[in-house]
Order: sequence, then structure tokens, then C-alpha cells
Amino acid sequence: MEAKRDQFIVSVSPHVRDEESVRHIMWSVSAALFPALLASFWFFGPKAIFVTALCIISSVLSEYIFQKALNRKITINDGSAFLTGLLLGMNLPPSLPFYVPIVGSVMAVVIVKQLFGGLGYNIFNPALLGRAFLLITWPKAMTIWSAPTAKLTGLDAVTTATPLGILKEEGVGKLMEEFGTKSDLYMSLLTGERAGSLGETSAILLLLGAAYLLYKKYITWHIPLSFLATVGVLAWVFGGKGTLFTGDPVVHLLSGGLILGAFFMATDYVTCPTIRKGQIIFGIGCGALTMLIRLKGGFPEGVMFAILLMNCFAPLIDRGVKPDLFGAVKEKKK
Amino acid sequence: MAHTDKSNWELIKNGMFSENTIFRMAISLCPSIAVTNSLKNGFFMGVAVIFVQTMVNLTVSLIRNFINPKIRIPIFMLIIAGYVSLIDMSMAAFARPVYKQIGLYIQLIVAFASIFARAEVFAVKNKIVPSVADGFGMGVGFFLAMIVISFFRELLGKGALWGIPIVPGHPLLIMILPAGGFFAVGLLMGFFNWMDMKLTARKAAQGTTR
Repeated sequence: MEAKRDQFIVSVSPHVRDEESVRHIMWSVSAALFPALLASFWFFGPKAIFVTALCIISSVLSEYIFQKALNRKITINDGSAFLTGLLLGMNLPPSLPFYVPIVGSVMAVVIVKQLFGGLGYNIFNPALLGRAFLLITWPKAMTIWSAPTAKLTGLDAVTTATPLGILKEEGVGKLMEEFGTKSDLYMSLLTGERAGSLGETSAILLLLGAAYLLYKKYITWHIPLSFLATVGVLAWVFGGKGTLFTGDPVVHLLSGGLILGAFFMATDYVTCPTIRKGQIIFGIGCGALTMLIRLKGGFPEGVMFAILLMNCFAPLIDRGVKPDLFGAVKEKKK
Repeated sequence: MAHTDKSNWELIKNGMFSENTIFRMAISLCPSIAVTNSLKNGFFMGVAVIFVQTMVNLTVSLIRNFINPKIRIPIFMLIIAGYVSLIDMSMAAFARPVYKQIGLYIQLIVAFASIFARAEVFAVKNKIVPSVADGFGMGVGFFLAMIVISFFRELLGKGALWGIPIVPGHPLLIMILPAGGFFAVGLLMGFFNWMDMKLTARKAAQGTTR
């Protein structure tokens, strides 16, 4: 009798386990970002490597120091701090003084993530709020964009405006002047040979990474597709000059941080709704706010603020679309 | 009527630390974010509140036996508004540059929860001297909070103190914007709560070993 007891294992569900874990997912997402990151090193040169490395190192270090100081379990191995640093780095312009990425990373990891209780409890996407903090704190340093001319060898880059900045300040005509024909413009937006934040420029490599995440089912299509579709439709309807339905949706879809934001940051598990229907509402909201800021707001790019604003609404959306419990009786209104 | 049995010094200390308006009670937070973007503004705001809080407690305590409880709230309002007008006009006359920046918030002292609350829960039930001590303590507590918040905000946001540049370089612009006010108040409140936790833990430890 005594020997037989060991043959039965009684445990709490779930009983079927997979090798997937937080750690696995975080490192996979980081890997998915890697091609676009390499492209940014190619376009923007050593400065890009410097900024990204600084972000990653200070994110991981500040997580370690904070958790050590508060006697919490140290979780730097789960890759979430690494991913936060990587995403923040990819969202920054290439030429920055050294203290800017450090402050942004400390802000993202300590204030936005750890003070709210660590991974899984943060309301906002840490990397994006870190960037928002930097944009408001050092507006000038954060909007100096380098032209993608470094090609790993060149040491310095020419400063220029981003395509969206040109579009906002001077209109489509000027944008065509800069890039030549329409197909040239689309091509450079697609490959990433344009000014912008480090990791956001190469649309095609980001899409490659996103395809990998979709294939592995780490993200679902609901948020990115509704986000991109809303942006596309609104750009087509309102993006033109004067008349409706004359805008160019492709420029809006491929420029700015939209691809990076829609696939890698709006889909953050912690800060988006968990119910599919809610995720579609979330994506549409992100898209609408993005276009509102791009077309009418003071900033040329609105993806960051749109995602952050919708992060606030994620719990509310989840409540709104919560399905009825099967068999539960609805409480009668008095 | 519940008379207080605390000594005057205890009452002042109570207002300054254990029932600090901003960091412990978390009331009157609006000016703590709105006017603390420079040390000078914070200082004058604090002084104005010390004056109004003390004088309101004094007056309410003086006439406490004549206030009909049914109309006590309008009476408190009148007293508070009177003293606020006094400090408002004096600042407009003698501290013109500061008044231009924070004048609106000086007038808003009328609606301060902390001043009204002390009149209602303390001054109307207590003798004059404890009431003045309580009002003064509360005012000083608010004053200290404003000084601490505006010290950090001006130092980080402008690299300056009292308008004099101290730290060269690129300051954190966000700290003098409203968003920075929330950061400063939240972090300082957290810090003081943490200190409080440590102190009570130490006191408890001493109590058991004795």
C-alpha cells in the first residue's frame, strides 16, 4: 500500500504543460525584433548600437538594483527588462546624449513597471511611457533625426526630418521631392532607408518579425489588423488636401512607428484587453487616436500617445465586452 | 463636545507630521501640483495657508459658542473668505510678481479641504489656544510639504532654486510641467510612507525588547 501511493500524482490544473513561459515569449519577441535592429545599425551606424546597448544595460541593471533593494525576487532572467530596454532603444532617435537613454530606461523599469508591482501589474507599456517621458523632458534632443547614411562605416550622419515630419510641415509635394517618384518613396519606407527612430524604419524586417510572432501564436491578428486598418482608412479618407478620399494610406501605414507599435507594443499582454472583441476595439481606438494626432495634433507622430491612451482604457474595454456567464441569471434592474 | 487633551506642542507636531495635509491626509492636492513649480511660489503659497489656517481656527474658536450648528458651514465659509481676501489683497500689493503667477490659487484657498476640515473637526469644539496651535501646525505642515515638493521640482526641472541657476546642463523639463507635479508628489508621498513604516517598525522592535 505504501509503495503504491507514489504512483498517483495529484496536482492542481493545468495538467498539460508546454515549454512556453514568460521567459520563452520575451526572448522570442526580442529575437523577432532582431532583424530590424540589425538594419538600424546598418542605416544609422555605431551611434545606434550605442543607444540600444545603453537602453538594454540600464533597463536590466535598474531592475536588478530595484529588486535587490526591496528584497524582491530578482527576475532579470525572464527577459522582460531586456525587452523593455530593446523596445525603448528602438523607439529613440539615433543621436542622443548618453544620459537620455539611461533616464528613459530607469523611468520605464522602475516607475512604470516595478512601482506598480512588477511584470503583469503595469498599467502602461513601460518602453512607451519611458519614451513619452523623454519626449516631454528633452523635446529638442528627442526630435533630432539622422539621415540613414551611416552604413556602418560613416561616423556622423546628416540631420533631417522624418517623412511624417515633412508631411506635416510641408505637405506631400515636398515629400515627393525628397524621395523622387512614388515607388521610390514606398521602397525607402519599406526597406527603412529613411529618418526616424532607430528600429521603426525598416517596415519589411519588422513585418518579418511580426510574421514569426503570429506564426508562433504569441500575438494574434486582432490588435495589429484593426489598428492598421483604421489608420489606413482614416488616412485615405482624411489624409488628402482639402477634399476627402484623396489621402495616401500607404505612406501613413509604412511611416512613423506604426508597424513597430501595432505589432510589438500595442500587443503587449499586460496592457491590452484580453478578450478578442475588446482587442479589436482597442486596435480601432489606437488607430483613430494615431490619425487624429498625425493629422490634427501638434506632434507629427501619434502612435506612442495613442497606445498609451488606449492602455488606460484596456480594463474598461475588458469589462464592457465581458461575455455573459453560461447559465447565470441576469440581475433584474430595479 | 470633545475637548482635546493633547498639549499645544503635540498639536503642532500632529499637523506637521502625523496628519500632514498633503503627504498623510492627501487633501488639498490641487495647489501642491499647480503652484510648486518653483520654490518661491511654493513658499508664498505656504505662508498664505499658514496665515489663513491659523486665523480661521482662532476666529472660529472665538465665536464657537455663538455659532448655530445648523448654519455653521456658511459661517465658516464667510470667515475663510474674509481672511483669504485679506491675504489675496496684501500679496497683490506687496508681492506683485509672485501674485501674478499664483494669484488664482491664493483665491482658491477658500475652497481648501484642509482649512474647512480643521474648523469643522477641531476649532469649533476647542478652546482658543489649542485651536491656534492646531491651525498653525496644520499650516506649517502644508508649508513644509510645499517647500519640499517645490524644492525638488525647481531643482530638477529648471536646475535652479529661488530663480537662481545652480545646476548647469539640460534639466528635466517635465518636472515643472503638471505631469512632473504628479511624479514629485507621488514619489515623495511614497518615500514618507516608507520612512513612517521603518520608524514604526523600529519603535515596535524597541517595545518588545524592553
